[in-house]
Amino acid sequence: MNRFVVPLVVFVLMVGLLGYGLRLDPKLVPSPLIDKQAPPFSLAMLEQPARQLSTADMVGQVWILNVWASWCVSCRAEHKVITALANRNLVSVVGLNYKDEPAAAERWLQQFGNPYTTSVMDLDGRVGIDWGVYGVPETFVIGADGLIKYKHIGPVTHESLEQKIMPVLKELLG
Amino acid sequence: MKPLLLMLVICAWCAPLQAAIETYEFDSPQMEADYNKLVNELRCLVCQNQNLAGSDADLAQDLRRETYQMLSQGQSPQQVVDFMVERYGDFVLYRPQFQSNTYLLWLGPFVLLMCVLVILVRRLVSRKSPAAVDPEAIAHARQILENKEPNQ
Repeated sequence: MNRFVVPLVVFVLMVGLLGYGLRLDPKLVPSPLIDKQAPPFSLAMLEQPARQLSTADMVGQVWILNVWASWCVSCRAEHKVITALANRNLVSVVGLNYKDEPAAAERWLQQFGNPYTTSVMDLDGRVGIDWGVYGVPETFVIGADGLIKYKHIGPVTHESLEQKIMPVLKELLG
Repeated sequence: MKPLLLMLVICAWCAPLQAAIETYEFDSPQMEADYNKLVNELRCLVCQNQNLAGSDADLAQDLRRETYQMLSQGQSPQQVVDFMVERYGDFVLYRPQFQSNTYLLWLGPFVLLMCVLVILVRRLVSRKSPAAVDPEAIAHARQILENKEPNQ
């Protein structure tokens, strides 16, 4: 009897472990930037290329950085959610227009509507690298102290907005 | 036969498309070796089972360029690795660093091996130990051997 119990227990443990592993999403890589200072940038604005927006300008307020591009299909999917978030007027939603053609980006905003307080252009993707962007769209929540509080990878859905992003925002806004 | 031939043709046709296209000029063979080692050991996060060297993703190209630029500015390979880990986390490393959350990963196989060795040795030892034999039976056997025909 005993000689069956041990292999059975080992087998059940293995199945449990592998079953748990199957449920994890390997695309979700925890960002090492959480609770770290937001990587500084100073970039030209999409609508007014002569003006720059820098992370220093945002210190003292809670804000959201949404990485988007006109070539990014999932960005269209999340566009209505980002718009809904911006319409609540809780925080500034800054767009990081990632490796895009400015003309195409402006057309995209005209076609779908512009939810962003302002969008800045990361033409060569260098700022994206500093922010650890690897799957557009990505959404960061940054606190008034300039620390990154939350990172969402992939399109934000209404569920993830309510369940993940809003609680972080509410806590930050007090 | 025909589908096989078609497949071969398609394969041959695709090979050059997969090759990375940028060419970099290196200041020294050492720098080239460092670069090749780094792009082979850093993971492309877009296509997660490929390294930077093997991936044609946009991000992989950017990160190869970043690696090249950092090396040509005289930064050490370790500085490049730290730069990547700072931004993308330990997951970018195909060769995880030896640190508190990877002790199990690095040492686990050796611990398992030791366990198996201990079990194996104990089994072998217990099998070898000779069964206790009655001295009377030995004496009897010896007598048989010496007399050759004990029962007659």
